[in-house]
Amino acid sequence: METKPAADTKPLLRLATAWFGGCAGCHMSFMDLDEFLIDLTAKVDVVYSPVMDVKEYPENVDLCLIEGAICNEDNLELLHKIRERTKVIVSFGDCAVTANVPAIRNQLGLGNAESVLQRAYIESAQNNPSLPGEPGIVPALLPRVMPVHEVVHVNHFLPGCPPPADRIKALLVQVLEGVEPRLEGNQLKFG
Amino acid sequence: MGACRLCLVEVAGIPKLLPACTTKVREGMEVQTNSERLRKYRRMTLELLFAERNHVCAVCVANGHCELQTLAYSQGMDHVRYDYRFPKWEVDDTHPLFGMDHNRCILCSRCVRVCWHIEGAGTKNVSGRGAKARIISDLNQPWGTSDTCTKCGKCVMSCPTGALFNKGSTVGEMERDRGKLEFIVTAREKKQWIAE
Repeated sequence: METKPAADTKPLLRLATAWFGGCAGCHMSFMDLDEFLIDLTAKVDVVYSPVMDVKEYPENVDLCLIEGAICNEDNLELLHKIRERTKVIVSFGDCAVTANVPAIRNQLGLGNAESVLQRAYIESAQNNPSLPGEPGIVPALLPRVMPVHEVVHVNHFLPGCPPPADRIKALLVQVLEGVEPRLEGNQLKFG
Repeated sequence: MGACRLCLVEVAGIPKLLPACTTKVREGMEVQTNSERLRKYRRMTLELLFAERNHVCAVCVANGHCELQTLAYSQGMDHVRYDYRFPKWEVDDTHPLFGMDHNRCILCSRCVRVCWHIEGAGTKNVSGRGAKARIISDLNQPWGTSDTCTKCGKCVMSCPTGALFNKGSTVGEMERDRGKLEFIVTAREKKQWIAE
């Protein structure tokens, strides 16, 4: 989204979205906001997102929607950076809130990071069975997949797999109005 | 039963919270069913239930028709504050008609009670204690090898989560007709055949 200077003097809210261990379904649901996205461009400046070509997470971000569970060392590093540089963090969708499907590997106990790679890249490989390993490029899996709030302080939670667009809108509208966002009833439904 | 502690109530004159399901009504009793204190404990209990086993709503047969899920959002549970335990539990798919996924079981023991007291088969039981407690069939054997199971499906009808399910159902498909259990009990006890 292009930055448009608003007619009034109210500064645009600096919005970021991040994508960790998840299927991108939450971001697809964000795209389902349809025409509200156009309203949003008048109120926010999107400064970082997987749908933008920005490499480095910027400073002074007002709001960040985080999709996905914390699965590998890159996730962990970026999450700490996001927390340092962001006022309000929202756990966006079930993977961020509960660790959800990515955390099913936790049931295999300690050492699951090796056994899942073994299963996927050796036992199931049709050609060239080998474990992916490229230090500095392919991040190592963490021993245990975690929901975002297990690692850093999270300000608000937006459950759903994915959260439907109207639920995302409900939260964003409240944040933009400057009120403490409050979702109730089936707006908090997991799954 | 007093198993799940979600029906805790405040009774005037008694400092501790009591489960409504095991507390006898008496003359002049003053009962609070919804207070700040009760909501706080109810939410805590729900979070502990979610943290104890592997409840992954997104891939559950009961998604959208689950009593645990509905209670969670009705009580404002937007996340679980306790660390998830991620235990390893098996799925018993040996029965020709039904499956049992221990990952989703909250040990309410409804299936045990319906099997013993309504069907009268006595197939289902609780084995073990604490975090190791689990529902078993007959003498702790695969459900499909049970001699006593009549395949009536009452346990499946009574299950509040996706722990017991009809084979072949996938995400969100497991809807239960609890009215059938009520119909059977009313017919038997009151000789009234009332169908909804």
